[in-house]
Amino acid sequence: MPIMHDTGLTPELESWRARIEEWAREYGLDFYQTIFEVLDWNQINMVAAYGGFPNRYPHWRFGMEYEQLSKSYAYGLSKIYEMVINNDPCYAYLLHANNMVDQKMVMAHVFGHCDFFKNNIYFSPTPRNMMDQMANHKTRVQRYIDKLGFDRVESFVDTCLSIENLIDYQRPFLKQNAAGATPDSDRDEEVSGVHKIKVEKDYLEEYINPEAYLELQRAKKEEEQKNMAKIPRHPERDVMGFLLDHAPLSRWEYDILYIVRKEAYYFAPQAQTKIMNEGWASYWHSTIMTKKALEDSEVIDFADHHSGTVAMSPQRLNPYKIGIELFRHIEDRWNKGRFGKDYDECDDMVVRKKWDKGLGLGREKIFEVRKIYNDITFLDEFLTADFCREYKLFAYQFNPLTNRYEISDRDFEIVKHRLLSSLTNFGQPVIEVIDANDGNRGELRLRHKHDGVDLDIQYARETLRNLFAIWKRPVLIETRLNNNIKIHRFDGQEHKTHESKEGA
Amino acid sequence: MGLKIEQDLSRFKKIVRGKVKKELKKFVSSGEMIGKQGKKLVSIPIPRIDIPRFKFTDKQQGGVGQGEGDVGDAVGQGDEEGEGDQQAGNAEGQHVLEVDVTMDEMIEMLGEELELPNIQPRSNEKYEQIKNVYRGIRSTGPESLRHNKRTYKRALKRQIFTGEYNPKDPIIIPYKDDRQYRSFKQVKMPNHQAVIIYMMDVSGSMGNEQKEIVRLETFWIDAWLRRQYKGLEVRYIVHDAVAREVDQHTFYHTRESGGTIISSAYKLCKQIIETDYDPMQWNIYPFHFSDGDNWSANDTQECLKVLQDYFFKVANVFCYGQVESEFGSGQFLKDLSEKFGENQEGLITSQIENRDAILGSIKDFLGKGK
Repeated sequence: MPIMHDTGLTPELESWRARIEEWAREYGLDFYQTIFEVLDWNQINMVAAYGGFPNRYPHWRFGMEYEQLSKSYAYGLSKIYEMVINNDPCYAYLLHANNMVDQKMVMAHVFGHCDFFKNNIYFSPTPRNMMDQMANHKTRVQRYIDKLGFDRVESFVDTCLSIENLIDYQRPFLKQNAAGATPDSDRDEEVSGVHKIKVEKDYLEEYINPEAYLELQRAKKEEEQKNMAKIPRHPERDVMGFLLDHAPLSRWEYDILYIVRKEAYYFAPQAQTKIMNEGWASYWHSTIMTKKALEDSEVIDFADHHSGTVAMSPQRLNPYKIGIELFRHIEDRWNKGRFGKDYDECDDMVVRKKWDKGLGLGREKIFEVRKIYNDITFLDEFLTADFCREYKLFAYQFNPLTNRYEISDRDFEIVKHRLLSSLTNFGQPVIEVIDANDGNRGELRLRHKHDGVDLDIQYARETLRNLFAIWKRPVLIETRLNNNIKIHRFDGQEHKTHESKEGA
Repeated sequence: MGLKIEQDLSRFKKIVRGKVKKELKKFVSSGEMIGKQGKKLVSIPIPRIDIPRFKFTDKQQGGVGQGEGDVGDAVGQGDEEGEGDQQAGNAEGQHVLEVDVTMDEMIEMLGEELELPNIQPRSNEKYEQIKNVYRGIRSTGPESLRHNKRTYKRALKRQIFTGEYNPKDPIIIPYKDDRQYRSFKQVKMPNHQAVIIYMMDVSGSMGNEQKEIVRLETFWIDAWLRRQYKGLEVRYIVHDAVAREVDQHTFYHTRESGGTIISSAYKLCKQIIETDYDPMQWNIYPFHFSDGDNWSANDTQECLKVLQDYFFKVANVFCYGQVESEFGSGQFLKDLSEKFGENQEGLITSQIENRDAILGSIKDFLGKGK
């Protein structure tokens, strides 16, 4: 920012900031310039309500968020310690009322986040000038409000937010055009209208491209030809993007859908790496505080607040705790060389327990992990049976007989599976567009990829209603209930449900 | 940092208000609010305000937790929706948001929802009240009215001016000339006093449900009129064959039995007005609730006569609410409309079939803005 405004940092805070930043850099953390600002509780609640940004488009849900935050702060139920946003430069906020040891801890924590934002691969497609973009979004939405009135614009924002979760988290990494067609790969040659694998030596031809294979390709080709006319050609998970391309939207509607989608993609990586991000930041605040920044008189307070952040409750996994422990676990394993074939195949418990090759690769490994993993791959790879046992993880389920949630299993495989599936697609159902011209009537057909958990029908119906407002033609969603394919349809007037055996 | 949360907050509150209004009927007929006033907050559960999304059904999902416990141990009751779904078949475990609304806001919403007009008090310019208002300042007066702040300021100014003031030892001593006193002015205020006199039939045919309806209706009428008039007075009369004045508690809780002579109540009411409330100074609202059974046609005639000769002249409006009961014939209302027709000046009648009709009946009574 060209004009620096007063960030409210006292000289004492400023000198700690400089020192902590230096330590963080010494440890190898790598981050954009980070600007701290001191806010009072009301300001911090406002910023928090806006998701960390000082400028967002006007919408009632921010007011709701603010009301809830203020209330729970006023009743002493919760307090926001820190907030940081992924931007270049990074902005972070400190709560005025915190004492010095908390401020130091928060600053160290924030540098951990900033390093993660800059280096984790899943954040790489996010725009780093989001602060400005959000402000632009605000201006644009405000302009529509001035022109069209609050109610119309706000209710369309509601409509768009209703499908906010229908984006494709892999999309930023795909090189596709927006319609979702994959360009033909140039690796394969097209011979007599059929895909063939490229062959260097002629005599290998019949082995590499046998008749059976060609037959398969022909069938595929035919199928594809049939689908050529279909929009989309392949099921499309970026429903928002699809609607942008194909729905009959007026200019302002298009722009609002565009804004909501853009922000959804911006926030997606934060949800994708919650455990890692918090774990990483906690790892670093703990390291920097205990090794460098802590003064004798602050030890107890620090211990108290740190244990507060990483406390676990039976009903909820604390991402801070799981994250920091996993990072420490990884560091320890790589320091001692507890990985690879030899270690995995070692059955002798005594040898395993004493296993220490003194490699000292721990630090290096966790830096690598923070670069290339997201929560799912992170847990999949590093959550071990030992860890699960040590931290007493369990899976729970709702028992309709007793009307309560009960511990259902402590078996490692099941716990891990449950954990991973709750993170898959952020615990949201996978929905894709399969046909924009269903029944040749211009109706939009969606499909819920059912993986064991049903859709909430009431919510689905309301969402269909909103989709109709965008598509302006009847909208259908195909899902499953008790192994039957069910199709819910909304035609602008009423909801209908019917069963289908054929499926798509 | 220029944040504009106020706008979003007020948008949110407006939405909440809309939702509360929609549910208003439920609260009006539920009796939970009774006894609450003014700034007192009432918690109103409204269906959670959220944006619908495609999402999984709650119950099938489960999750992962941490801690001690064996398989089969509970990890807390079904989330936040505990109460909601044990009560019979509430739309499957909807999330509930508790909103705090002050009673004043509640009443205001009631007014908006029913489109109740503000009441125009009878203009009695002759009967203005003279009130002392302390607004001015003067240099003489009794010590009890001394304005210390102004006196101090004047003394301070004078001391600085004359060079007596020493910042290191700031002692201010006011002289006689520094002293300032509050002065009063006499203003004429129009008179806005009001009294409600509730009369209820508590004869054998008025069951508990009927009385509950009266109780609810009077509470909301009270609340609305209280908002219109400061210092509203309320008197209660119960009657069967004889009428007597009672306090609020008794009014709502007695269960008498026996016959009904409505005129007894009207006479008592007339007596109360005559002794305590000069119609030229007071806005008078007599309300009578009954199931419509009167002892005899003769008595009914007498009632009609009192109404015509007295109440229509002195009261802002005379309100008669007839609560439907299995035992009552509802004759009285018929007699009233036979005698006075539909549009008698100074009389409003309303029929209350059941709890759901309370809102409509309130509108009948207060919708005319008298």
